[in-house]
Amino acid sequence: MATLNVNQREYTANARPDTPLLWVLRDSLGLTGTKYGCGMALCGACTVHLDGEPVRSCVTPLSAAQGRAVTTIEGLAPSSDHPVQRAWVQEEVAQCGYCQPGQIMSAAALLARTPTPSDADIDAAMAGNLCRCGTYQRIRRAIHAAAKLAGGTR
Amino acid sequence: MKTTRLSRRVFLKGAVVAGAGLTMGFDLAGGRRALAQTEPFVPNAWIRITPDDIVTVIVGKSDMGQGVLTSMPMLIAEELEADWSKIRTEQAPAAPQVYGNPAIGGMQLTGGSTSVRSSWLTLRQAGAAAKEMLVEAAARQWGVDPAACTAENGAVLHPPTGRRLTYGQLTDTAARVPVPPNPKLKDPKNFKLIGKRVKRLENPPKVDGSAIYGIDVKMAGMLIATVVRCPVFGGKAKSFDASGAQAVAGVRHVVPISSGIAVVADAYWPAKLGRDALVIEWDEGPNAGLSTAGIRAMLEAAAKQPGRVARQEGDAATALAAAARRVEAVYEVPFLAHATMEPMSCTASVRADGADVWTGTQWQDGTQKVTASITGLPLEAIKVHTTLLGGGFGRRFEQDFVTETVEIAKAVSAPVKLVWSREDDMRHDFYRPATYNALAAGIDAQGRPLAWSHRIVGPSIAARAFPPLIRDGIDPTSVEGAANIPYAIPNIHVEAIMKDTGVPVGFWRSVGSSQNAFITECFLDEVAAAAGRDPYELRRALLTKSPRHLTVLELAAAQAGWGKPPAPGRARGIAVAESFGSVVADVAEVSVSSEGEVRVHRVVCAVDCGLVVNPDTVEAQMEGATVYGLTAALRGAITIAGGHVEQSNFHDYPLLRINEMPTVEVHILPSAEAPGGVGEPGTPPIAPAVVNAIFAATGTRIRSLPISTHELRRV
Repeated sequence: MATLNVNQREYTANARPDTPLLWVLRDSLGLTGTKYGCGMALCGACTVHLDGEPVRSCVTPLSAAQGRAVTTIEGLAPSSDHPVQRAWVQEEVAQCGYCQPGQIMSAAALLARTPTPSDADIDAAMAGNLCRCGTYQRIRRAIHAAAKLAGGTR
Repeated sequence: MKTTRLSRRVFLKGAVVAGAGLTMGFDLAGGRRALAQTEPFVPNAWIRITPDDIVTVIVGKSDMGQGVLTSMPMLIAEELEADWSKIRTEQAPAAPQVYGNPAIGGMQLTGGSTSVRSSWLTLRQAGAAAKEMLVEAAARQWGVDPAACTAENGAVLHPPTGRRLTYGQLTDTAARVPVPPNPKLKDPKNFKLIGKRVKRLENPPKVDGSAIYGIDVKMAGMLIATVVRCPVFGGKAKSFDASGAQAVAGVRHVVPISSGIAVVADAYWPAKLGRDALVIEWDEGPNAGLSTAGIRAMLEAAAKQPGRVARQEGDAATALAAAARRVEAVYEVPFLAHATMEPMSCTASVRADGADVWTGTQWQDGTQKVTASITGLPLEAIKVHTTLLGGGFGRRFEQDFVTETVEIAKAVSAPVKLVWSREDDMRHDFYRPATYNALAAGIDAQGRPLAWSHRIVGPSIAARAFPPLIRDGIDPTSVEGAANIPYAIPNIHVEAIMKDTGVPVGFWRSVGSSQNAFITECFLDEVAAAAGRDPYELRRALLTKSPRHLTVLELAAAQAGWGKPPAPGRARGIAVAESFGSVVADVAEVSVSSEGEVRVHRVVCAVDCGLVVNPDTVEAQMEGATVYGLTAALRGAITIAGGHVEQSNFHDYPLLRINEMPTVEVHILPSAEAPGGVGEPGTPPIAPAVVNAIFAATGTRIRSLPISTHELRRV
């Protein structure tokens, strides 16, 4: 049994220490907002925060997440009202929506470090997140909008 | 578009399917006031109004990102005069007799960009009928003439007396009102929702992790399965050693199924470790020697023979022979994978008395039928629960992953969720057909195209998936976008040859038009260059009898500034294509670096998709379809070696990323015509627009995709 802090709650998971965090979250803890897309850190659908830093949970073993604070899309903001989430709805980013939890986690981490990112900052931070529906133009727009929303509430 | 009238029979049948107590046909006690509303009002298969004023719209289409969970309710709410804030949605059960798609043979199938087109009248009539029943119910309660009542924002009003009853207050009475046979539809000029940028109902759960896709389904006692399939198409397991897999903690079962060997475990990770530990000896079958080069040679050889004629006007052969100038070219496209972000997945529970299947399917009655055939249960004992689809693009029309899941669930007598890996998904797809195309055109001394000849060779999707589609030896999906070129060329000859290659093929976003627009619109550009004419002006001259194409082309060109020089280092290309009842033109602005790197900076997209239900969704679909087509044009290729797919994941089947995203400007042509398709028509024109721009930039004519396989240099 391994203990894990996810979204400020303690969980115990019955999984091998080399199990990717992604599958612990999804299968052991029932937190299915974090998505499987490639299993090789190629698409970013599984992005979560480890102590605030974005990581690909599909290649992060459970053992590496122990003793650290894991944040998933379910725990990003208490009422799902993080500026990035609000901007995502405002700009109607999602099409199928499957990649969007990962996109949002990457965008939230970007804004935490760079409150008013340029297009180049966005490209650099978001190039690891694939979207097959092709919502990139709106992702870019929503990140700029989120920066404004966050600034407005500061 | 044909007018569909809803028969009372369909309304009644639908109401029963929708699962609520229908009370129509009861004694019409007329005029009696129902004080406490106790039952929902279910006027038909698409609407359920409960006493709390909630209007639940039952959606018979699958949502793969194209927004039917908003557009379908919009059609109903418009005519129902519903309060939009009270609208909720529910996915319909498998019931093709009610929710079948009249545009696709009555199958309950979401595809072919038909959702709005096939529902446009039906759902408005359903909403209008319900509204008339609610108005009648209120009039009876008040003892007034229904003609003196109006419906607005979820309530019926009687303006002379100022009385008002909400729909929720009328459910009991309305349930006793007969269904009007010919409900009156609104004049489009009075639309309040249709044509507006209505916020997507289904989008908020997609930003907090609560949206449920097939891969997210959970149920008590559920096991997780993975399947190892023969890497070679058509191969079978000869024997296998399960001991290594069974030694993995958490693995419960190893079972052979029709497509391979399934490993079933408590969770995905042990199932995956178990699968890695399986030792299987395959009988690779007749495709073991298949390769991309061999397939190309096979198609090229087949192209030496004449095909079946798909279109013949005038005498192309004679006109070609007499032409002042001839242009000839061979165009080729590769196989392509769908690569939905959510790999295939499905959950099934099979019991003695029935079965439930949860999955993101594009074809509910297909799912129901394969489940019935595997379990031996009657169709009505099979319940299909449609989840959100993590991308569809035609892939989730297929039932291979459902078949596997049901076989496994039956074998292990427990609820099972099957999860495909990305590698499974990439290597066991039904691919967009690779085709080989021989083209010839004849130009007269004044530079006018006189003859056009196109021979298409490729595998047939219909031959596998839906043979009745084939007519006179022609699969219409092979020739769409080629046989219907809109240009006024006096001699046109288009023919097709079906050639199976051993690689399974399927419906891929925009299907035949996905490749045929590239082939025909690039070849027309070659004709323009040979004739010394501007590619836009030549198209205009040839589109005199195709006003929709002409208008859209002119809109795209005007918005892009065609004729004015682009930014330094950039060049433009143009293309127009009709598919699924809509016409889209793209102008692409491209640069090619001195190292040959292609960059698409800007795409101006003009679309005529008839009357628009939700402009924001149309724009989103055009943006997304452009990216889908651009990924394919720039670098999409599935290649075959030793009978199996060489690509496996996003490193060798790379998708466009945000840092490569061009600006996409969408211009929607105002139109009062019946709606056209929206999900697919944005894909066909982008590849030819980009390839034509590369020609303008470099003088190099690319005749096979993807672009990444060509050496380019800026001139």
